[in-house]
Amino acid sequence: MDSIIKKICAGDVRSASRLIRDIEDKIPEARTKIKKLYTHTGKSFIIGITGAPGAGKSTLTDALITKLRKNNKTIGVLAVDPTSPFTGGAILGDRIRMQSHADDPGVFVRSLATRGALGGLSQAAGDAIHIMEAMGKDIIIVETVGIGQQEIDIINHAHSVLVVLVPGMGDEVQTMKAGLMEIADIFVINKANRAGAKQLQMELTSMLNLSSKTTDGWNPPVVMVGDAFKPETFTEDIANLSRKIEEHHVYLRQSGKLTERMHRKAMAEIKDALHTCLLEPVIKSLTAKGELEKFAEKIKNRKADPYSVAEEITQRFLKKEIEK
Amino acid sequence: MPERKIRVMVAKPGLDGHDRGARILARCFRDAGFEVVYTGCHQTPEQIAAAAVQEDVDLVGLSCLSGAHRMLFPRVVELLREKDADDITVIGGGIIPEQDFSLLYDSGIKAIFTPGASLDSIVEWIKTNVRPH
Repeated sequence: MDSIIKKICAGDVRSASRLIRDIEDKIPEARTKIKKLYTHTGKSFIIGITGAPGAGKSTLTDALITKLRKNNKTIGVLAVDPTSPFTGGAILGDRIRMQSHADDPGVFVRSLATRGALGGLSQAAGDAIHIMEAMGKDIIIVETVGIGQQEIDIINHAHSVLVVLVPGMGDEVQTMKAGLMEIADIFVINKANRAGAKQLQMELTSMLNLSSKTTDGWNPPVVMVGDAFKPETFTEDIANLSRKIEEHHVYLRQSGKLTERMHRKAMAEIKDALHTCLLEPVIKSLTAKGELEKFAEKIKNRKADPYSVAEEITQRFLKKEIEK
Repeated sequence: MPERKIRVMVAKPGLDGHDRGARILARCFRDAGFEVVYTGCHQTPEQIAAAAVQEDVDLVGLSCLSGAHRMLFPRVVELLREKDADDITVIGGGIIPEQDFSLLYDSGIKAIFTPGASLDSIVEWIKTNVRPH
């Protein structure tokens, strides 16, 4: 076995983090390593945490780590923050909330920048999860970038999805909308000590009562989590949340839904890999040769249309006229 | 070869809550196109070194205004060495008297920036001296 693969499977943080970096930077050899790692993946339980910026995702993640460490679970955390569309830079600040776990060898926290991905994660997130799985982490928590209504890539990666809401973000109609409000396995009303929390809880509950999800054996619970600066009640709220996550895990296993989710995940992985293996090299090759620019010029001047251009490129690719 | 992104970490070791400077630097590194992990204040050298390895950064920028840099900065370098991560460049800044420079350089700190250093000069230093692995 490749020595770096061996090291990662033995839990070596440096090798793992470096491979994640290589994946992020799209180093071709990194893909070869993932191929070799793949058989060692698929055994961790993956929790997704998503919600608006500042809703408290990192603080909840930190508190869940504390709780899960008490049960001796080893934990990997992927925390995603946004990349600047202008400079390509990023501030990765989720760690601040989790630094008390930095020197706990049972916890590995890695920040990822979105690098242009729009689904709430980064393109490297899937493989970063694989790497943490190969390290043998019992539980992997994936914290998405702060999101709105529609960035729901997390459902292709996590077994249980927590949607974190805070009071005061809009009226009842918001809870009826498609997208984010449909993907929660567990709703968390965070900062529930604030005004409007009860109202939100009521709106969510009545929305859930109409939902067809109730027929397949799991009613997404609405968990209230109060002031993080009041340790007595906060610890209790987190214990309650952690219980709900465990219940959902049990439900997934017993109902066969876990297999269903793994299948969905595999489908998404194939599509992502196709994107990486088919589309990216073509775009890269055309960009390098300046062809993409020329096509853009033609389209701009209405000498061509995007569909004809795409069809022409596809034909050339199939005839192997575009080298990788 | 695809382009490598520079990853840096900005950290404040010790009992020092004055992080205006560190935040401005973090923001300025973001604008320079780096990915910047910010750990916040009150960090032990152990937390900083562990985080640097977990995050696979190329550089750690330590900021200290409390006067404890003589103890804290070299300790971070030492811990990185112990973790087989001495390829991570460590630089420092803050209220650091000139007579302490040689002690810090000798301990493995690669650059020191004190009040008055321009943001551009720090970014330039990083771009010149740090090659993402």
